[in-house]
Amino acid sequence: MANQKKYNQWQENELAASLNRFPERKEEFTLHGEAEVPRLAVPVEIDDNYTEHLGFPGQYPYTRGVQPTMYRGRFWTMRQYAGFSSAAESNKRYRYLLDQGTTGLSVAFDLPTQIGYDSDDAMSLGEVGKVGVAIDTLADMEMLFADIPLADISTSMTINSPAIVLLAMYIVVAEKQGVEASKLRGTIQNDVLKEYVARGTYIFPPQPSLGLITDIFQWCSANMPLFNTISISGYHIREAGSTAAQEVAFTLANGITYVQTALDAGLEIDHFARRLAFFFNASSNLLEEVAKFRAARRLWARIMKNRFEAKKPASMMMRFHTQTAGSSLAAQQIDNNIVRVTLQALSAVLGGTQSLHTNSRDEALSLPTEDSVRTALRTQQIIAHESGVADTVDPFAGSYYMEQLTDSIELAAEELIAKIDDSGGVVSCIENGFIKSQIEQASYDYQKEIESGERVIVGVNKFQIDKEEKPELLRVDPKVEDTQVASLQDIRAQRNQNAVDDRLAELKQAADTGANLMEPILGAVREYASLGEICSVLRDVFGEYRD
Amino acid sequence: MTTPYRVLIGKPGLDGHDRGAKFIARALRDEGFEVIYTGIRRTAAEIAATAIQEDVDVIGLSSLSGAHLRLFPEVIKELKARGAADIPVLGGGVIPDEDMEALLAAGMKAIFTPGTPAATIIKSFSDACEQ
Amino acid sequence: MPVNSSHTLLTGITKQDPRAIGRAISVVENNLSDAAEILAGLDPKRIENALVLGITGPPGAGKSTLTSSLISELRRRNKRVGIVAIDPSSPISGGAVLGDRIRMMEHALDKDVVVRSMATRGRLGGLCASAGATVRIMAASGCDVILIETVGVGQSEMDIIRLADITIMVLAPGFGDDIQAMKAGLLEVADFLVVNKYDLPGADALRMEMQQIFVQKEEESNIPRVLETIASENSGIKKLIDSLHSFEAYIETNSIKTKRRHEALDSETLDWIFEILRPRFTEQLKKDSNPQQTDPRIRAQQLIANTPNG
Repeated sequence: MANQKKYNQWQENELAASLNRFPERKEEFTLHGEAEVPRLAVPVEIDDNYTEHLGFPGQYPYTRGVQPTMYRGRFWTMRQYAGFSSAAESNKRYRYLLDQGTTGLSVAFDLPTQIGYDSDDAMSLGEVGKVGVAIDTLADMEMLFADIPLADISTSMTINSPAIVLLAMYIVVAEKQGVEASKLRGTIQNDVLKEYVARGTYIFPPQPSLGLITDIFQWCSANMPLFNTISISGYHIREAGSTAAQEVAFTLANGITYVQTALDAGLEIDHFARRLAFFFNASSNLLEEVAKFRAARRLWARIMKNRFEAKKPASMMMRFHTQTAGSSLAAQQIDNNIVRVTLQALSAVLGGTQSLHTNSRDEALSLPTEDSVRTALRTQQIIAHESGVADTVDPFAGSYYMEQLTDSIELAAEELIAKIDDSGGVVSCIENGFIKSQIEQASYDYQKEIESGERVIVGVNKFQIDKEEKPELLRVDPKVEDTQVASLQDIRAQRNQNAVDDRLAELKQAADTGANLMEPILGAVREYASLGEICSVLRDVFGEYRD
Repeated sequence: MTTPYRVLIGKPGLDGHDRGAKFIARALRDEGFEVIYTGIRRTAAEIAATAIQEDVDVIGLSSLSGAHLRLFPEVIKELKARGAADIPVLGGGVIPDEDMEALLAAGMKAIFTPGTPAATIIKSFSDACEQ
Repeated sequence: MPVNSSHTLLTGITKQDPRAIGRAISVVENNLSDAAEILAGLDPKRIENALVLGITGPPGAGKSTLTSSLISELRRRNKRVGIVAIDPSSPISGGAVLGDRIRMMEHALDKDVVVRSMATRGRLGGLCASAGATVRIMAASGCDVILIETVGVGQSEMDIIRLADITIMVLAPGFGDDIQAMKAGLLEVADFLVVNKYDLPGADALRMEMQQIFVQKEEESNIPRVLETIASENSGIKKLIDSLHSFEAYIETNSIKTKRRHEALDSETLDWIFEILRPRFTEQLKKDSNPQQTDPRIRAQQLIANTPNG
């Protein structure tokens, strides 16, 4: 055996240290109580090619995962994205999910909140409380987390352009619970670049948006060290119709831009890089998806090491959340979606995700009902506890096809990133439409294949049935908008208006001078200034992005 | 030479998921339509005013955020207010059956849900243009 | 579709009714039977007084964003503005996605901003005629300034741009190859060169290169012809419009504007000749279903000779 030394070294160093800190779930992992399931299957000969391209889990380039024992130590975080209508309704759903064994909260905000409009803004018509919870002021946030101890859970918030405001509200709610910011765990999405090309909840132009993100990086690296300050998201790029390789390329290119912006602002790479998290899509092509996750992890490690010269291993580790592909769900024969979600979730687990959201069967029709959400969560639990795939690390490694596919996705992504670099970087490629047009073309080609029948979607363009039973759907109470508007007006009447005006004036001044805006926004939020009022101050200073 | 139909594809409200709207825009183009695409995050009034200026034959709306019951009829209302109630309006999105009746009653000409073949949608646009 | 008489449409145009303006443009664009009557009824004084600006440049240089900023500034100066935004039709299906409007949507509710998206419709002729007629209808509805926006790549776009009193070419850093390819043609046509996205690297070098080409034009009019903008931030727009107005005064005093209007009239007229004659000859071709003459040029001459006048 040529180079067992490296294997032994890994066992003695990375593995031993990890086992020491996190013991495995079981004393031993077996098949039917007999044959032992190996922690990590390795090739007979560990040559340079293996260590360079794969390495051991928890070791550069992290192709096989970011921890030495992966799910033998702890399962991924089962995190179900939820939130609708009012803060009170969403709070009920969160407490239900926590009771059912979910291990992290994930907050969905409605579109007005995501775009920085108050519920009574003319632009908010019809959208209040629809795709998530409506948050206007601190009062809503207090209600959202009522009776949920923020010290004990991790909270993920899908919020981008106005992330700094929602983060400030979260910090103040914790403060009121007696929990210091330094104890808070969770993630804010805070990835505005992909909004311009895929998701559409932008507010300000790219440059000031990057400034806000840097303010968050700066403030959190000093005050909130356990919190992930960004979740660089390929999910929505894929939902918009990109290919797997494009998903990796555009996400990592965005990541490069955030890192460069932070470096330009004077931050140290090894201070903030470990707080960067990623967020990917899991689509239905199981093998391609597994390869995609592995390729993304390796490519990011290489970028951090070679391009940015990060020194700490933690800076090079890509940790990511995964959500199954919403766009793959069919409105026909909706139970089929449970099977799709299972395959997709499986790819995420086989690809080494750190946390996972599984979509519900009825989401092509409406927001999910409580029953559907439970089945979606059960899907993860079955993969974790029954399938056995969590008992050994990176089980696909060494498959000729898997390694080839991993290499080819990495290469395709690298080439696209080089193209973006050559054209002046991501912001230029947003403005000249390059990224958008690439995604659009891929999406169009894919849909054409479905229309022509070349690509079969079961129950949609083949194996259809004539009559379908109508499932019971969750409806958001249409009165939510009125109730929310009324309660916002109450808050406006009750708060100390002079204090609000003063804080907003201070915020404007800080924005004009380019100061870090975290403290002024915390100040405004404490006085119950609304999200819309705060964003409107910033719109005046920064301008608005036009597509 | 036959004159191409002119249609407007618009997304009222705040929903930014434009994959479906863009696909339909391109599919219509490939069938010889001239498509005015107004992008995401538009108000009903903006869509109605644009449709009139561009003298389109039909308006197609898309919303995936569940706001269709408020927003689609709002476009019809804005058209009426501008003396253009005759421009037919079609719509698509995540729309439950029970909403469909309400939307048709509000004056929508046709409603499409996920999975409707493009050919069906294009046919509805042609029919509406001919009327 | 309600039937509108040309009389109603003409009244609507004068009253600035958006429905009538849009409908009238369609009638003319589709060359329907009322087209002539509508065009004949337009107010010639208003047409004469309107300023027509052509905006062209490679895709991605920021034409639509620049157009939108120009609209905002012109509106601040209380001008009613018309925009004809021309995009290519698909050569295969004949359809088109007209997306220029997206960047102008902030003006959607402004009654004094009249936008018409127009597809090239693969016409050999006819586009000049349609675009020219659209400009006239907008002018007759009281538009003080009319912008024609096209992608500056092909011959037909060059023809369209001849309709303008003043032509602006928009460039941005990073279009090296495009610019080389266009230098010979469009740079000759352009009165103004706008280096947009001036905050991007390479903008200064581009401006200097352009200034060299334009040095003579600048000297003869004593008006800056190479200007820089960041349209997305409305920067440089005021100066651009001031320069355009100075240039307008300049071409009015030395009759360049009159000469250009004549040239535009000629090319529109020629276009209309084709438009009017095409149906007649198409008819003749159908009658001549079993042609003796197989050489197309000679056949054409014979057909013209044998077609009755009028």
